[in-house]
Amino acid sequence: MVIGGSAGSFPVVSKILQSLPKSFPLPIVLCLHRLKHIRHGFVEALSIKSTLPVSEPNDKEIVRPGRAYLAPANYHMYLELGNTFALSTDEMVNFSRPAIDLTFDSVSYIHRDKMIGIMLSGANSDGAQGIYLAKKRGATTIVQDPDEATMRTMPDAALRKHKPDHILNSDGIINFLKQL
Amino acid sequence: MIEDIELKQLKNLIAHIKEKYQYDFTDYAMSSFKRRVIRLLEIFNLDSVESLIHKIDGEKSFIETVVKEITVNTTEMFRDPSFWRKLRDEIFPEINAVNKIRIWHAACSSGEEVYSMCIMLKELDLWDKCQIVASDLNEDVLDTAKKGVYFNRNMEVNEANYQRFEGKKKLSEYYTQLNPELVQFDPRLISNVNFYKYDLVKNQPFSKFDLILCRNVMIYFNIELQNRVVELFDGSLFKGGYLAVGSKETIAWCNAAKNFSTISAEEKVYKKLVV
Repeated sequence: MVIGGSAGSFPVVSKILQSLPKSFPLPIVLCLHRLKHIRHGFVEALSIKSTLPVSEPNDKEIVRPGRAYLAPANYHMYLELGNTFALSTDEMVNFSRPAIDLTFDSVSYIHRDKMIGIMLSGANSDGAQGIYLAKKRGATTIVQDPDEATMRTMPDAALRKHKPDHILNSDGIINFLKQL
Repeated sequence: MIEDIELKQLKNLIAHIKEKYQYDFTDYAMSSFKRRVIRLLEIFNLDSVESLIHKIDGEKSFIETVVKEITVNTTEMFRDPSFWRKLRDEIFPEINAVNKIRIWHAACSSGEEVYSMCIMLKELDLWDKCQIVASDLNEDVLDTAKKGVYFNRNMEVNEANYQRFEGKKKLSEYYTQLNPELVQFDPRLISNVNFYKYDLVKNQPFSKFDLILCRNVMIYFNIELQNRVVELFDGSLFKGGYLAVGSKETIAWCNAAKNFSTISAEEKVYKKLVV
């Protein structure tokens, strides 16, 4: 399960992480825009209320279910063959590193219809191309209702680019995930 | 816009380049390698991996362009200032070299970290004591490193990093403005640096060092290749020498890890055990 978000997504991600059961069956991959030179604090802030352990993976770290992984500052985060993460410092995409497009793209390249992609609030259009690709490869996609999102640019862009399986507010997203 | 490349096509490309040219990308991480290939196709307006192979075979020295574009050369001066502070305040005071302090920048790309190192050494008054080797598999980026000519637009980030590093001056005191777009670093900074074209994949030891920097390079390799390269570094370090990798890399799953102790789990600095 991959969640992409930017400005305004933090409270939603935080709420999702505190609502999921400890037995949640999937690894959670978080690609959230963040300041490039601030390496600390984000994981700690998400961990406070999360029922699941949250960490920034090292390169080639094995992906495990029941854990949340946050893309580190100033790196793109890919899924690699052999069920590990792979990090990269290559060019920014949509003025972003980590770029949501790249994480959606690489996870769906490997997991196809077994992936769930969720696009949350944000103030640019990063993620739209990635979630479109994921959907094309069979992933289940969810876009946060733009009317609920603090910043509607990102969900709007995702909706312009593709037709998701669900458009839900944050409670709806949580209910959906709890049923997995 | 190319949205997808099959794994099979990537394997064909890699096999072709390995067979006809001297480069081996077999053990590069698939995810980033695929992304680089798509980017390459976009840059040269090619519609498939097959047409890329055709262009490589048809145009002299195009393979060098391919290698340059496939390897990631985005780098900054004093990237991760806290790493450079650790190097300055905790690592260098501990390096006890008999004669010269020998440093290897393994895969130095366009040289930003080499200049960072030389500036730091000047400010530490250790520059005269150091011999530096900087290597990369691509000659174009080595040329850039030797010339020390960089885009002015990157200087804002570099200067900000340098200020967070808490250097003694302003970064701008180390370079001159060539024109509105370009700056040139003082060539005297790197007069103790030897640049070599060298491919880590080939795994050939060539010297021994007190400190090896290989930051954000092995992230582009798969675990098997990381394992071999860390073994190479192990063999290329004096006992008690230091290895620094990127802040989100680890050598933990490499066989040679048993020969190192962790000096900084945060900045990923390792020390080769003496016994």
